[in-house]
Amino acid sequence: MLDKSYYEKVDEIIAGYGTESRFLIPIIQDVQSEYRYLPPELLKYIADKLHITEAKAYSVATFYENFSFDQKGKYVIKVCDGTACHVRKGTDVLEKLREVLQLKPGQKTTDDMLFTLETVSCLGACGLAPVLTVNDEVHPAMTPDKVIDLISSIMKEEQA
Amino acid sequence: MRIANREELALAREKSAQAMKAESYRILICAGTGCLAGGSEKIYEKLVQLAKDQGQQVNVTVEFGEGIAHNSDGSCPVNGNCAGIKKSGCHGFCEMGPLVRIEPLGVLYIKVKESDCEEIFNKTILQGQVIERLLYTMNGVAYKAQEDIPFYAKQTRLVLKNCGHIDSEHISEYFAVGGYSALEKALFTMTPEEVVNCIYDSELRGRGGGGFQTGYKWRQVARQKETIRYVVCNGDEGDPGAFMDRSVMEGDPHKMIEGMIIAGYAVGAQEGYIYVRAEYPLAIKRLKIAIAQAEETGLLGENILGSGYSFKLHINRGAGAFVCGEGSALTASIEGERGMPRTKPPRTVEQGLFGKPTVLNNVETYANVPMIINNGAAWYKSIGTEKSPGTKAFAVTGSIKNTGLIEVPMGTTLREIVYEIGGGIKNDKKFKAVQIGGPSGGCLIGTDLDLPLDFDSLKKRGAMIGSGGLVIMDEDTCMVEVARFFMNFTQNESCGKCIPCREGTKRMLELLEEIVAGNGTMEHLDMLEELGTAITDTSLCGLGKSAALPVLSTLRTFRDEYVEHVVDKRCRTGVCKSLCSITIDPAKCKGCSKCARNCPVSAIEGQIRNPYTIDQSKCIKCGACLDNCPFGAISRG
Ligand SMILES: Cc1cc2nc3c(=O)[nH]c(=O)nc-3n(C[C@H](O)[C@H](O)[C@H](O)COP(=O)(O)O)c2cc1C
Ligand code: SF4
Ligand code: SF4
Ligand code: FES
Ligand code: FES
Repeated sequence: MLDKSYYEKVDEIIAGYGTESRFLIPIIQDVQSEYRYLPPELLKYIADKLHITEAKAYSVATFYENFSFDQKGKYVIKVCDGTACHVRKGTDVLEKLREVLQLKPGQKTTDDMLFTLETVSCLGACGLAPVLTVNDEVHPAMTPDKVIDLISSIMKEEQA
Repeated sequence: MRIANREELALAREKSAQAMKAESYRILICAGTGCLAGGSEKIYEKLVQLAKDQGQQVNVTVEFGEGIAHNSDGSCPVNGNCAGIKKSGCHGFCEMGPLVRIEPLGVLYIKVKESDCEEIFNKTILQGQVIERLLYTMNGVAYKAQEDIPFYAKQTRLVLKNCGHIDSEHISEYFAVGGYSALEKALFTMTPEEVVNCIYDSELRGRGGGGFQTGYKWRQVARQKETIRYVVCNGDEGDPGAFMDRSVMEGDPHKMIEGMIIAGYAVGAQEGYIYVRAEYPLAIKRLKIAIAQAEETGLLGENILGSGYSFKLHINRGAGAFVCGEGSALTASIEGERGMPRTKPPRTVEQGLFGKPTVLNNVETYANVPMIINNGAAWYKSIGTEKSPGTKAFAVTGSIKNTGLIEVPMGTTLREIVYEIGGGIKNDKKFKAVQIGGPSGGCLIGTDLDLPLDFDSLKKRGAMIGSGGLVIMDEDTCMVEVARFFMNFTQNESCGKCIPCREGTKRMLELLEEIVAGNGTMEHLDMLEELGTAITDTSLCGLGKSAALPVLSTLRTFRDEYVEHVVDKRCRTGVCKSLCSITIDPAKCKGCSKCARNCPVSAIEGQIRNPYTIDQSKCIKCGACLDNCPFGAISRG
């Protein structure tokens, strides 16, 4: 059971939109940006409020790639795998990150819940390819070496 | 500051223009996604501080309709001591960012750092001197004026005209360059039908991919019996490697909004929706600001400018599904459903959003509308080609010297784009191909360089303009791998509604993966062709229908490379790691042992000062040795 504050937050978000079913997506988007994931308990709660079945809400939430029922790390790193970044060796950057963060195949979030590694197709900064973002902040013209610096500077900040 | 009528709008425009003119100089710091990543925010703050230190008034703002900060004769209340330091939208030259443009000199400084600001201020602003080292230089020529830089000189920037030149977060800047004059003209001097006719006559074709005539669409919506109608803007920009819509939404959002309001008036819609992909947080922010300011000034909402016409605008964020760029999937997504395309008819113009008649157009399409209304259909048709009038924005990326966002008249050749605007292939490599239209597009090669880029010429070549992504590839690009890359993308994005697309793309991807892994046979190629044709013929929506295009078009043009992969087990570019080997050239190797120390799997053996060798059975082709050899003795091939 989640803390009461979660439900209060959701009530507040719903109040900002209304209880029509068409607001399902913006509501769960806001919930996700609040908690960096979509707690399944809240999805059921929202479904009830919008008078739709839990199955329906679940079918929508699972359709879109952006929604995650798993808790994400404190730093969400999104490596662009769009065409421009791909032809400029974005894959090498991704591989380096997997190595540096010691992620096993299929693993997205580090065991210490510090980093989540994802790919996206195009961040719209193609002129600076290859690109990645850390919590929406864009890092241009990445190389495997710069990846090492980036992670170690975040780690240093964390330890401080 | 609500603008109540036509006259007040004219006044607001005039005063905004005066205020802009009164600025003794204007510094535009690019605050597009690219330049912000390069630190342009800090540059902005620093320059504002420097101006304030000089006792200058920075960014004197205008309040419309009533008393403004300027004298009634338009002169400056602070005796020319007012500075305009603004954050602009993207110039399309992001690779050179952060960019700083200084007016009235017209200079563009590139790769500006915070530490350059003092010099910029002291020399350029205070003394009018140009700082040579911050200019764009090509072949020994340093370009002072932005407009002379070859990248810009060959462009025709109409839709992108204001991007980089105004501050998109203030509606007064848009007023100053004549903003909302087209809306005014439409509302007060044209009937809705005349507006539809004007767009119809201009033969404006949708910029989202299909190239469908916009006026035709509007006319159909205007003729529906149902009176509740919607206007929807497709800002999903799913093509990975394209960012023209992003630039418009970030750099000149009012232009697109103005186009949407005009569309709403023309077809009798009461509400509009803008669907923006979630990966564009800055575009969403700027659009929200623009809508709020348009509402505040009475350009959106009830009784716009006292004309009696009312229109509301909403923003919906995408949630990471490429297929939502398809019209019926997009409207389903706004309705709160899974974003899956549906069978047609009924078409969107009859039963679109919430089952009502809907005009659905792309961002760039709407951004074309105000200038067509202002200058007329005949003027518009004088630009571009007969069947594809106007300009088109392209995102030019990949192995090219000048990557960026460009705008050229329809019918411009690929050669002009690659060699004149783009400056040629990066590192002077050989041109190999251009992928146009992203994952649903096709491949153009050397013999197509003189093909005019317009909707119909490309269709004949089995490609399409699509959204306008142009990925330039040089001799080091493996076309089979590129085809695999696109298939991986579409396979991932297939919504799963119909079997040919859902299963077919998966099987095609498996075949391609086997080929790049060195396990392909000639039958693989036949199967790819057969499957590709079947998927194209039987899928429900455009995603499935075009999913096989990159494979089929590379199979046609680069068949020899596929054959090499499956028969000779060779990838001539060395991109497919399983098909290449890393070797040490004994003639170049000095036996320094550096490679052996770097190899993560101890695959390199040898004796100091004698040539080293790689044990191919151990080598994982990671390339670590290659990058580290001080004598360039190691190569992939
Ligand atoms: C899979 C798929 C993705 C699409 N993605 C986009 C997109 O990102 N942006 C866009 O404007 N049109 C996209 N389209 C085209 C739209 O369906 C539609 O034709 C277009 O938005 C209409 O506007 P226009 O006539 O102004 O081009 C896509 C189509 C398909 C089939
Ligand atoms: S073609 Fe593909 S994306 Fe389109 S409806 Fe069918 S399964 Fe979905
Ligand atoms: S490519 Fe990698 S694995 Fe192969 S020899 Fe060089 S360093 Fe070793
Ligand atoms: S392809 Fe990576 S930002 Fe566009
Ligand atoms: S973001 Fe500055 S030029 Fe594109």
